[in-house]
Amino acid sequence: MDEFRKTCLYDKHAALGAKIEPFAGWLMPIEYTGIIAEHQAVRTKSGMFDVSHMGEVLVKGPDALRYIDYLTTNEISSKPDGKVVYGMMLYPNGTVVDDLLTYKVSPTELFLVVNASNIAKDYAWIVEQTDGFDVVVRNLSDDFGEIAVQGPATEDLLRRIMGIELGDLEAFTFKHVWWHDHDLLVSRTGYTGEDGFEIYADFLATNEIWDILLASGEILPCGLGARDTLRFEAALPLYGHEISDEITALEAGLGFFVKLEKPDFIGKAVLVRQKAGELTRKVVGIELTEKAVPRAHYDVYAGETKIGYVTTGYLSISAGKPVAMAMIDIAHAQPGTPISVQIRTRKVPGFVRDKKFYKKNYKPKGDKANE
Amino acid sequence: MNKVLEGILYAPTHEWTRIEGDAAVFGITEFAASQLGTIVFVDLPAVGAKLVQGKEFGAVESVKAASDLFAPLSGTVIAVNEDLVGDPEGINKDAFGAWMIRVKLANPAEQKTLLSAAQYRTVSK
Repeated sequence: MDEFRKTCLYDKHAALGAKIEPFAGWLMPIEYTGIIAEHQAVRTKSGMFDVSHMGEVLVKGPDALRYIDYLTTNEISSKPDGKVVYGMMLYPNGTVVDDLLTYKVSPTELFLVVNASNIAKDYAWIVEQTDGFDVVVRNLSDDFGEIAVQGPATEDLLRRIMGIELGDLEAFTFKHVWWHDHDLLVSRTGYTGEDGFEIYADFLATNEIWDILLASGEILPCGLGARDTLRFEAALPLYGHEISDEITALEAGLGFFVKLEKPDFIGKAVLVRQKAGELTRKVVGIELTEKAVPRAHYDVYAGETKIGYVTTGYLSISAGKPVAMAMIDIAHAQPGTPISVQIRTRKVPGFVRDKKFYKKNYKPKGDKANE
Repeated sequence: MNKVLEGILYAPTHEWTRIEGDAAVFGITEFAASQLGTIVFVDLPAVGAKLVQGKEFGAVESVKAASDLFAPLSGTVIAVNEDLVGDPEGINKDAFGAWMIRVKLANPAEQKTLLSAAQYRTVSK
């Protein structure tokens, strides 16, 4: 059994008394003061997450744009420098290698951010696809720490506490910030459905940032527990749940981030056929009409027929209701369709609905095309 | 350190029971509640349900996880603590005060198989 890895902030989490558990091969803080308090801090003010386990890959070369538009589902070429674009890497059968953010530094330089659980697999895939493209790729995952600071008060708090001005950043853009002799890469992005920032920096700078934010007493440290309840309410997918190597991008309901009009990208042919009518199942939202908690892997029924399973579900902290995302048979995917979820010994009734359990609260003048 | 109450009986699965004549009330221990974290939902059986010692009778759920409840003793449910259903966090605040169900015992001799406070203390270390 491999040793679990620790992020550059591990000792700080331990000192804070966080509940620490293995996640994707890393020992990560799950909660500090409690998931509910941390969730509310992000929704109402500001919270910070150590997400240094995330993977970073640099792509450089004259063919960088042609390469990335072939590797991923979204379209990067036409975007201005400084843009961050959400997309997916697919296998030829349309299922998902991983979802990722692409930072467009310049037409010849891209910075990719991938899931911790998939770094080795992703990097091997990314390298393999460079055949025929004049690009070089490099795995920088061990060089970067990352802190996500999320919540409506974050821009003001970072100005006050760190003395950095981020008001000029629109949603899904990034810039470099020189701070205390450190080069920080800061983007207006996140995984919570709130306005906020993600700060990439070397380990020393990551520690300095964590310390100064914590010492302010204004920004609550938040663990992966709250990260999951927050991303779920905003219907943001999680690899292994809403997307996986057994689920295509369209089955996941992420067609918005798939540009089928592009000349070609890996997985395109299958998605074109699915779009034309071969789609048999889809991730939808469901809501239960009795109090219960619909959790991942519970079976979903229409009458006595099993039609799918819950991918993620909670008693939503913000909405106070039992809601879930579920992968179900397309025949039952219309909003309003009655369904039930098998919870222990009984089938708890509910209905299909949209997935937006919480309305995203991004900076208003952000680019809608990337929301 | 979690409290273990004297004078009541414990199951190794972290339920407690207090015998009241020919009936008993069931709850979960402070240790179990602290392991779960903030409890957001309790799923309890209806009055009249028949429980078998060691078998599942419901669940307590935190934000992240559902944890099954196992009957420390066999019997028939005669009352459910509805206050707890409305305020599940009451279990975190006072685990030994937060009784879940009252059960008319089917086989009081089963008590002999349960743990004393001293024995449970070693289980929940």
